[in-house]
Amino acid sequence: MPTITRWLVKTSLVMLVAGLALGVYLHLPGISSGGLFPLYLHLLTFGWLTQLIIGIALWMLPKYTLERPRGDERLNWLIYLCLNLGLVMRALFEPLPPTALSPWRGVGLVAAAVLQWLAALLFIRQAWPRVKGR
Amino acid sequence: MPLLSRWAVRLALIALGVGSTLGALILIQKGLGTLPWAWSGLGAHVELMLIGWMTQFALGIAYWILPRLPGMAPRGNPILAGLAFILLNLGLLLALLAPFRPWPWGLVLARLLEVLGLLLFGLAIWPRIRALKP
Repeated sequence: MPTITRWLVKTSLVMLVAGLALGVYLHLPGISSGGLFPLYLHLLTFGWLTQLIIGIALWMLPKYTLERPRGDERLNWLIYLCLNLGLVMRALFEPLPPTALSPWRGVGLVAAAVLQWLAALLFIRQAWPRVKGR
Repeated sequence: MPLLSRWAVRLALIALGVGSTLGALILIQKGLGTLPWAWSGLGAHVELMLIGWMTQFALGIAYWILPRLPGMAPRGNPILAGLAFILLNLGLLLALLAPFRPWPWGLVLARLLEVLGLLLFGLAIWPRIRALKP
């Protein structure tokens, strides 16, 4: 299992635990979910499931070439960085009330959106040529 | 990787691209409040990410990687599996279009097509879920 896959899979497990812990917190009596519910969903669907899929796919998909089986490794690490930095920024800024920390909340959420979007696009770019017969 | 898996994985990557773009626009709207129309894409974002991306990617990889059967059809009935992917994607497409059509049964039919697709896929690969004899 390549290093990038190990990092993606292990981080996805951390996100799973974080998502489930947040789920427990949201069910405590007297707790208002506020802006935390979308974060809970994205920790589980993007941080856990999507990150796990990306990690396994980078390992298991047919080789890009014999010399570079996973394509450009720098882009694979950029996927890891964008996905997790984007999620952390989302976790920091999304739960805040809309007027809090203006204008930094807005800037932070735009950065989170762009980073997560870039992670998805970079993965598509890396995976697409590896979807082949042999 | 067999042809059906290639089609399913590529369609899943397209769903990831479109779904994450819609999600990024919604998050930007949350941050800046300048794209109120982005919220109209929430249903499509959820459908594309859960069914189009995660589910379809998993099924495409499963069709490729599960143990093969002895005989002429090592991956089970390819017509059944092909029909499963067609129904799943027809359902997905209909679910994306349903909010724009006046017909109230659009989403019901979309979900039925998706369920039928998943059932057919289950039938197609059921015999392949088995222990590998050394």
